[in-house]
Amino acid sequence: MISINIYAIYSLWLREMIRFFRLKSRVVGSLAPPFFFLAFLGFGFGSAVMPAIPEGVGYVSFLAPGIIGMTLLFSSTFGGLSMLWDREFGFLREIMVAPVSRLSIVIGRTAGGVTTAVMQGLIILVPGLAMGLQIPGLPAFLLALVFMLLIATTFNSLGLAFASRMKDMSGFSLIMNFMVFPVFLLSGALFPISNLPGWLQTLALFNPLTYGVDGLRGSLIGVSSFPLALDLLILAGSSVAALSLGAYLFEKSDVE
Amino acid sequence: MDAPAIAARGLTMRFNGFLAVDGVDLEIERGELFGLLGPNGAGKSTIIKMLTTMLRPSAGSARVWGYDIKRERDAVRNSIGVVFQDPSVDSQLSGRENLDFHGRMYGMDRKTRADRIAEVLELVDLTEKADVLMEDYSGGMQRRLEIARGLMHHPAVLFLDEPTLGLDAQTRRYIWRYIERMNEEEGVTVVLTTHYMEEADHLCERVAIIDQGRIVALDSPERLKDLIGADIVTLEVDDSVTDEQVGALSDLEGVEAVDRAGSTLRLSVDRSEARIPEIVLAASRAGLLIRSVTMHEPTLEDVFLKFTGKKIREAESAGAGRMAAVQSRMRTRRH
Ligand SMILES: Nc1ncnc2c1ncn2[C@@H]1O[C@H](COP(=O)(O)OP(=O)(O)O)[C@@H](O)[C@H]1O
Ligand SMILES: [Mg+2]
Repeated sequence: MISINIYAIYSLWLREMIRFFRLKSRVVGSLAPPFFFLAFLGFGFGSAVMPAIPEGVGYVSFLAPGIIGMTLLFSSTFGGLSMLWDREFGFLREIMVAPVSRLSIVIGRTAGGVTTAVMQGLIILVPGLAMGLQIPGLPAFLLALVFMLLIATTFNSLGLAFASRMKDMSGFSLIMNFMVFPVFLLSGALFPISNLPGWLQTLALFNPLTYGVDGLRGSLIGVSSFPLALDLLILAGSSVAALSLGAYLFEKSDVE
Repeated sequence: MDAPAIAARGLTMRFNGFLAVDGVDLEIERGELFGLLGPNGAGKSTIIKMLTTMLRPSAGSARVWGYDIKRERDAVRNSIGVVFQDPSVDSQLSGRENLDFHGRMYGMDRKTRADRIAEVLELVDLTEKADVLMEDYSGGMQRRLEIARGLMHHPAVLFLDEPTLGLDAQTRRYIWRYIERMNEEEGVTVVLTTHYMEEADHLCERVAIIDQGRIVALDSPERLKDLIGADIVTLEVDDSVTDEQVGALSDLEGVEAVDRAGSTLRLSVDRSEARIPEIVLAASRAGLLIRSVTMHEPTLEDVFLKFTGKKIREAESAGAGRMAAVQSRMRTRRH
């Protein structure tokens, strides 16, 4: 029997919100890297001609959606992995001993992690706009928001899946350095993936973030490598798959 | 007829072959204030974790408030409140926010939550500190808040795993008072663990003494101490003691038994206050050089000694090797 506890989901979501607004320095810290990437790469390569970027698209416009994707990738994976802290500091017991279905716990945590990640994605949009990015209109913005939600759901769930399999904190930097960084660099966030050698291009096609960044570009600047419908379909699929995996592994994990 | 609050049969936990809990049978009445007393590593926390559905037993079964801990986990969770041995609060939230989070997890609506938060904060004297972040609470305050939280959703059974571990004597007294108060005023069944014998003695209506995963004795503190009967008179003497000297003391009227350990003699003595002068005199006559004399009424420590042949402190250092890994994990948690 599957049961959903709305109060509990709300409680878990609200906790993430309170922590997000309370730990401002942490948020500033996690926004600094994407901001610096945007500012320095944007100014540094702004006037250079990058191969394979379509005619008439400035590098800043090309880069900004990629940096939003980067922000979502890092913050949502981190959000999923934050279960490790809850385990370390004992709060996970308080969650697990409550008469609440494990699925509700996964939904609540994911809702909180996705919301905070998307908020960070929206914050990093602001310097992008200041540097010359132009959004065509409200529908384009809403479409981009959908892509942000799907990117965050995918990677938040993957973070939760990893955290469910880890006994302690030691795996954390391993995940960040050997999974998250390659995913970022292989997503076309900084340069078109068609500039990569063939085998790396193939690898990039298995990366959900590739379709996320492409979808963000398609909706925000109207230029994309794949049809937007395909981007949407693949990301929706990766979200559902990752969420199911996260829920399954969380259900099976032990508190102790 | 109501089922007992807790009924365990052959409850067993094995960690990679190591038997941490070894076939525990236990029955706790509704409304009781019950204690599990034993040294570090005895298996108390593991028993609590099994009864609260945090660990699945390797063998045996138990019912909590009539529900099976393996098959009716949500019903069990609905009936209990738990204060774990290690802290389990969100230190970035205030006390009130932690309680609010808890109330929602148990499906309490806004009004019910607000009323109940005021009530339980009052019970542990934390009303003033409600809106302070938990990271600014002292250890004792944090513990009190956890107790309030465990009680918040009106559980039928409240589990307290070492509620006063590492707290100073005064804070400990306060916590004892809260525990007694909520057992009386709210009628909640309390199951607590401790390795402080004064705590078990002072608080609990019945105590199970646990060593190496087994219950070695179970009764009210008074009845357990009656098993020892007489008072304990301890003589510290110079050098070792001969059999004749021991004989001279055990022949005295009112002396029921004499235990010898190196230069320490432990005498079980009936009405000891009247007999100490005779004992000291007889000891000197037998050629013993007395360094000190102490006398105490039987404690649960003596009961533990009687059933296990060791003192609680000694049992702890014996278990220290096994505990090292666990403790280092706990230390990192405390920050
Ligand atoms: N997760 C675990 N894995 C392996 N051994 C454990 C684990 N938890 C507890 N133990 C061992 O089981 C024994 C009982 O531990 P515990 O229940 O914590 O004792 P207590 O609470 O009475 O101090 C100890 O020897 C401890 O080292
Ligand atoms: Mg313990």
